[in-house]
Amino acid sequence: MSANIYTHEFRARLKSVIIWSLSLAFLILFFFSLFPVFSDQAAVMNEFLARYPAELRAAFGLDKMDLATVLGFFSFTLVFVELCLAIQAGNYGFGLVSIEESELTADFLLSKPVSRTQILTSKLLAAVSSLLITELVVWASAFVGILLFRSGHDYSTSTLILLLLSLLVFQLVFMSIGLVVSLLVRRLRSVTPYGLGLAFGAYVLNGFSGVFGDVKLELLTPFKHLDPSFIILHASYDTPLLFLDLAVIVVALVASYWLYTRRDIPAVS
Amino acid sequence: MSIIEVNNLTKYYGKSRGIVDVSFAEEEGEIFGFIGPNGAGKSTTIRLLLSLIHPTSGSAKVFGKDVTTHGSEIRRDIGYLPSEVYYYEGMKVKDLLKYSASFFDCDCTQRIKELSDIMELEMNRRISDLSYGNKKKVGIVQGLLHSPKLLFLDEPTAGLDPLMQRKFFDMIRQENARGVTVFFSSHILGEVQRLCNRVGIIREGKIVEISDIRTLQQNNYKKVNVTAEGLSPAIFDFPGVTNLQTEDSAMHFFFKGDINLVLQKISSVQVTDLTIEEPTLEEIFMHYYE
Repeated sequence: MSANIYTHEFRARLKSVIIWSLSLAFLILFFFSLFPVFSDQAAVMNEFLARYPAELRAAFGLDKMDLATVLGFFSFTLVFVELCLAIQAGNYGFGLVSIEESELTADFLLSKPVSRTQILTSKLLAAVSSLLITELVVWASAFVGILLFRSGHDYSTSTLILLLLSLLVFQLVFMSIGLVVSLLVRRLRSVTPYGLGLAFGAYVLNGFSGVFGDVKLELLTPFKHLDPSFIILHASYDTPLLFLDLAVIVVALVASYWLYTRRDIPAVS
Repeated sequence: MSIIEVNNLTKYYGKSRGIVDVSFAEEEGEIFGFIGPNGAGKSTTIRLLLSLIHPTSGSAKVFGKDVTTHGSEIRRDIGYLPSEVYYYEGMKVKDLLKYSASFFDCDCTQRIKELSDIMELEMNRRISDLSYGNKKKVGIVQGLLHSPKLLFLDEPTAGLDPLMQRKFFDMIRQENARGVTVFFSSHILGEVQRLCNRVGIIREGKIVEISDIRTLQQNNYKKVNVTAEGLSPAIFDFPGVTNLQTEDSAMHFFFKGDINLVLQKISSVQVTDLTIEEPTLEEIFMHYYE
């Protein structure tokens, strides 16, 4: 770990962190501000939703959510929060080292007296710090939102914390997958399409899992592994799937170190 | 001890050739010229020595340490100026130089100031606003600010105007006088000739010649220019003469061998003008590529 690389990396990402965090805070608070209406007219709402085809409701996970409860409503919000966090973390992962190559600054950094392991560790810690800041803002917004808009409804704090903690796993999965993929390809020209592709791909896969019923596509996507409605229903994680995610993180990171220390940095011209 | 020691170093990028079986050594305090056309493997060699890429086979040592295992230690005392310079576009020049200095155990503030004064660098401008030549100047300061013991210059003068080139060469000579070893890669032979003690010539990934620059010029060829009445190419039709060219009453050729042979032949005609000179590196170089 080199403090100077960490600082440089952290600063380079600061603006993006602020924008993501503010957007998510706005999103969460906006959704929560609608909660009083939903909870008051739960019956009307559920009747309204029942008119949609079952497949569509399943695709959005609405069949398992009770929008009249605090956490049920929050889990609806969480789908969008997860999607945003996946895009953000995926972008950071894809760009972590590839950006030095696409902006041709790799020669500058790698001709300095630091090992590849030090570089990757510093960069990873900086990215994780950035993700943690966003995570903290999400936590704060969730608590503030509930405090302001729960309109007397009860909720389980421990389940809420489980839900919020699952977001951390979520971020790390997308970051590490992004990183390892960026090291598997020869040269990544642009980060955003990959980040969006990975996040939406995983999201859509989860949507299909509800539609096709028996097909186990959903096992591939963290959106399913950390499904908020499962966490609310059981007040715990789906442990085997959680471990699958943790394993993915570890394997992706180990592979990234292995690949990065052996990587040939492409010449500029 | 050799500062750079390269043994049978080979690099393939997949199936395409980088360098093949390259071996050479550079001693402390030398300015070693590494010449060859584009794509011959000059940059590949430098990138291997900086461990930016990894060898397919063979080994290389810098300061007596293996480059694949001791890379980061070695790079403490290395300065590198690539042929194309790219830095973090959003940064200001002074911040970039500060960031660069932060990798070394030194207070480089004074040295940064000296170097950027010589290079007439504007410290408050953003990298993205700089012209190619100005970026190159940032590169020069960046490569020298930690007072490295070994300098890798990869076609360093591209983009510098003649005045800056001269300043740059003076700087390199000064560094060299302080004991800095220089590895200078170029395809411009004139500048290698001006600066280097020894040269290695690389062609299609292989070293074709390593020699002292003087021996290369002296022992090889003489360039003979004769102007005389009634010259005919037949006079110089003997072994050792190459590249014979006739221009009105003048003739030029390269000669390798006992110079007395040429003098005897020349004395048989009425000479108006005669020069016998050492060929430029350029001319020697062309010979290797024929």
